[in-house]
Amino acid sequence: MTDPTLTTTWNLGTDGDDLYARLMAAHEGLTDDESARLNVRLVLLLMNHIGDRAVLEEAIAAARPSRPEPTNAT
Amino acid sequence: MPRYRSPVFPFVRPPELDGRAGRRWPVAIVGAGPVGLAAAIDLALAGIASVVIDESNVVSTGSRAICWSKRTLEIFDRLGVGDRMVAKGVTWKVGRLFHRDREVYAFDLLPEPGHKRPAFINLQQYYVEEYLIDRARDFPDLIELRFMSRVTDAGQDPDCAWVDVETPEGKYRLAADYVIACDGVRSTVRRSLGLDFIGRAFEERFLITDVEMAVEFPSERWFWFEPPFHDGQSALLHKQPDNIYRIDLQLGSGADPEEERRPERVIPRIRAMVGERPFEVDWISVYSFQCRRLARFVHDRVIFAGDSAHIVSPFGARGGNGGIQDVDNLCWKLATVLKGEGPPALLETYNTERVHGADENILNSARATSFMTPKSRMEHLFRDEVLALASTHPFARQLVNSGRLSRPCSLAGFSLGTAETSDLGGTMVPGAPCLDAPVRGANGEDGWLLDHLGGSFIALGFGALASTPPGVRGLTVGGSGDLQDPQGLLAARYDGAPSVVYLIRPDQHVAARFREPTVAEISRALARAQGSSNA
Ligand SMILES: Cc1cc2nc3c(=O)[nH]c(=O)nc-3n(C[C@H](O)[C@H](O)[C@H](O)COP(=O)(O)OP(=O)(O)OC[C@H]3O[C@@H](n4cnc5c(N)ncnc54)[C@H](O)[C@@H]3O)c2cc1C
Repeated sequence: MTDPTLTTTWNLGTDGDDLYARLMAAHEGLTDDESARLNVRLVLLLMNHIGDRAVLEEAIAAARPSRPEPTNAT
Repeated sequence: MPRYRSPVFPFVRPPELDGRAGRRWPVAIVGAGPVGLAAAIDLALAGIASVVIDESNVVSTGSRAICWSKRTLEIFDRLGVGDRMVAKGVTWKVGRLFHRDREVYAFDLLPEPGHKRPAFINLQQYYVEEYLIDRARDFPDLIELRFMSRVTDAGQDPDCAWVDVETPEGKYRLAADYVIACDGVRSTVRRSLGLDFIGRAFEERFLITDVEMAVEFPSERWFWFEPPFHDGQSALLHKQPDNIYRIDLQLGSGADPEEERRPERVIPRIRAMVGERPFEVDWISVYSFQCRRLARFVHDRVIFAGDSAHIVSPFGARGGNGGIQDVDNLCWKLATVLKGEGPPALLETYNTERVHGADENILNSARATSFMTPKSRMEHLFRDEVLALASTHPFARQLVNSGRLSRPCSLAGFSLGTAETSDLGGTMVPGAPCLDAPVRGANGEDGWLLDHLGGSFIALGFGALASTPPGVRGLTVGGSGDLQDPQGLLAARYDGAPSVVYLIRPDQHVAARFREPTVAEISRALARAQGSSNA
């Protein structure tokens, strides 16, 4: 493993609870489908904002359940 | 009723059928598609004779490939057919993407001037093949075309490769130093050698049609996701010569190809797209696509090129264009080996370099096809939301993938290139395909750099060029040299300054570059580029 670049220590200062609540509030009143779409848009927006391949690769690996990925993923 | 009528090429009885031993061919090419024909011409230009064997007696049925890339046109220029292709073809460089009824994104594939050839032309595959056949006929002593001759089996012995050929008048076996298998996706040669493709297949079916309409849509590639006029996921409209338009309509994975091919099904679909304009259907086909390749393209004396070696979905126009780049890469190496100027190991670099090219094409084509055919609900959501974000957030437009169109393949980092020791800037690193630039010749005539490169090794020197090793043609820029650089684009694109020298391969790729090289340095780079392992 090379130097990790994904920040996994606390990085939200004193805003953590606010931001978590903000995220929950954004989903309130949405159907499951609308919620899923919100999450997808959020991922895309944040992915572009981060713009760092190594960080994103690590984040994807950290988020994915530990089953191996199918080999034909392109 | 198809508008184009192919010339019909007669069967000519070969000497082998009368018990006379035919000549021993340096190269036998199986398949007179674009790839096999281009290979015969490229070999002939290098003085190597070949026989081309094809089961058919007409050119491609239906237009199939239509988009030919800038790099292919540059290779066609080298083969002496570029002008005819471009004169007939529809030149284009802009693609527009629509989502439902709104435009989300337009891309320009060649935003800068100063290149001889456009980003793309559209030209039906039957014209490409016809023009290549005409060109092949310019070499009666070096190219023999044998039509109505089907290869049924192929193999090799230590000193030759052979094919069994079946004709209307009997069968014979033909031996050659090398066989190039250009017999397409269902390659008999591949099967004879017991080889198989690796990769993936997509279930989705696409209706691909050519429609004749007397309208003037712009010469652009128009692609829709969730088109308002079609109940499938995507549609494409692309102009060809003769008022023919390519229309692709995505049908889904459950579509019945036989049913969908029926004109009664097809015509209403096109009507919904083009409205009340009169049109005539020229060609109808239903395809599903694969993105796969052979593990290796070189099997001793049998070498695979084009669709026999690799196959991609057409979104990105990488099939035919990839095949022409195979030819560009292979033929000078094969000629070098056949003339004894380089070791057979040089052919192994065709394998590594073009497997790399095929992988690039497969990756891009598979990604575009995946974007068009989401295979899970979540993939579908991501696709939809990329399209939705694209209307308000410009960054998302570049994630929309309707095909990443064929680009020349860089061979940077491969073994024939000499590692860079100079501090030269720009993109023309060893392995890069040479960029074009406007030049002026010794007699003041305007021309293009790429028309002066290729065919042999060339030392391109800015300012004076001391001397060049045997086998290398010198070409000087500036001063009293061979070429002038009237717009300064050549120097800009090659970071050219007095004493900079590029060694350029016969296929117009950079082999090495230096500042003030000695002849010995150029010789070493040449030996390396010709596959000599101790260079
Ligand atoms: C719908 C569609 C759209 C496409 N669009 C594009 C595009 O826009 N741009 C692009 O670059 N590519 C495109 N392609 C891909 C392109 O058509 C192929 O990559 C190209 O035809 C490959 O050329 P080839 O010479 O290798 O094989 P082919 O063109 O298939 O030629 C093979 C030849 O071998 C002959 N042959 C086969 N078996 C035997 C045998 N046993 N004995 C003797 N002869 C034999 C056949 O008669 C044929 O002439 C498209 C393909 C399709 C289907």
